[in-house]
Amino acid sequence: MAGHFSYTYAVVPFSPSLERTALGGVRGVADRPVRLVRSGEVAAAVSPVPEADFSQAALKAHLEDLDWLEPTARAHHSVVESLAARTTVLPLRLATVYLDDTRVAQMLEAGRATFAGLLARLTGHAEWGVKVYVERPASAAVPPADTAPPLEEPDPGRAYLRQRRHQHQARRDAWHTAEEVLRRIDAEVRGLAAQRARHRPQQGRLADTGGENVANDAYLVPHELAEEFRRRVRRAAEDAPGVRVDITGPWAPYSFAEPGVQEPGLQEGAAPG
Amino acid sequence: MTPYADDDRPLAERQVALIDLLDRLLSGGVVLTGDLVLSIADIDLVRVSLRAVVVAIREEAERSWELGSLEPLAPGTEDVEGGEDRVRP
Repeated sequence: MAGHFSYTYAVVPFSPSLERTALGGVRGVADRPVRLVRSGEVAAAVSPVPEADFSQAALKAHLEDLDWLEPTARAHHSVVESLAARTTVLPLRLATVYLDDTRVAQMLEAGRATFAGLLARLTGHAEWGVKVYVERPASAAVPPADTAPPLEEPDPGRAYLRQRRHQHQARRDAWHTAEEVLRRIDAEVRGLAAQRARHRPQQGRLADTGGENVANDAYLVPHELAEEFRRRVRRAAEDAPGVRVDITGPWAPYSFAEPGVQEPGLQEGAAPG
Repeated sequence: MTPYADDDRPLAERQVALIDLLDRLLSGGVVLTGDLVLSIADIDLVRVSLRAVVVAIREEAERSWELGSLEPLAPGTEDVEGGEDRVRP
């Protein structure tokens, strides 16, 4: 299509009805219909995007512009999700763009064996996110009773220092608790998850939570074990003062969409035990 | 095949947090050298571009289950506003 590139979302196993069932009515990044480009047993979901938005210079600027980045990321994700509801999906990184559909087909052709292998490994699995936070301490933490200062503190400076010390102690305790929670999660999900990937802890303006993110992990879990996985992660988060655990998902296997080494000693889809 | 069981999954209804999405879209997903942009060599550019906005670049994916490999937890510098306490599915 003149003036357009082919934005590529994901690679999937090809099936004749997939385009209609998964992509009918789905709109992509530039609000255009999404279709499948096929090469043998695999296919890629593509939609046309304006060249002007995806030139090198334009993209550099766009990537720093949240007002562009967010809708683009959400559109990308929505296409991936629509496919994931029907089949195994190999998501591609944001803004993977080809000159046209013919080039997409050539890319598929060249990577067919690799894609088929990755899809086979991911079949029957979803990704779950597990984020561990150290909560922000209350600004006026009440010191524990056994170390409570006398009510009459003659020196305000000393009283202040004592309070600060209590706050620091509470925070140190929460960090230790977070480490313990991570150990518990690790022990609880061993044998349930096929793989784990670690993301950088979330910081910055978008990390909008009431605590500090200390672990930002992703687990690849067989569908039939998802409920048990979540139950165990929640259990690991119990009795952990000052620590919060968030579970997100199910996600398409974004964090596992690369040739990875199978975890040694991990049984894929092992029965909970 | 139904990849997602029964789950709480109203399609495209789940508004995921942008930061969780960017973790996955900017540091996950298959990296193919497209025809024009964001080849693997350009990933650093993304890292730089987004530094002000979000830190979402994955370190080498940990493939070890040895707890010894957990990065030591060290208190950061600053907390941010907002949020709610929950453990939710």
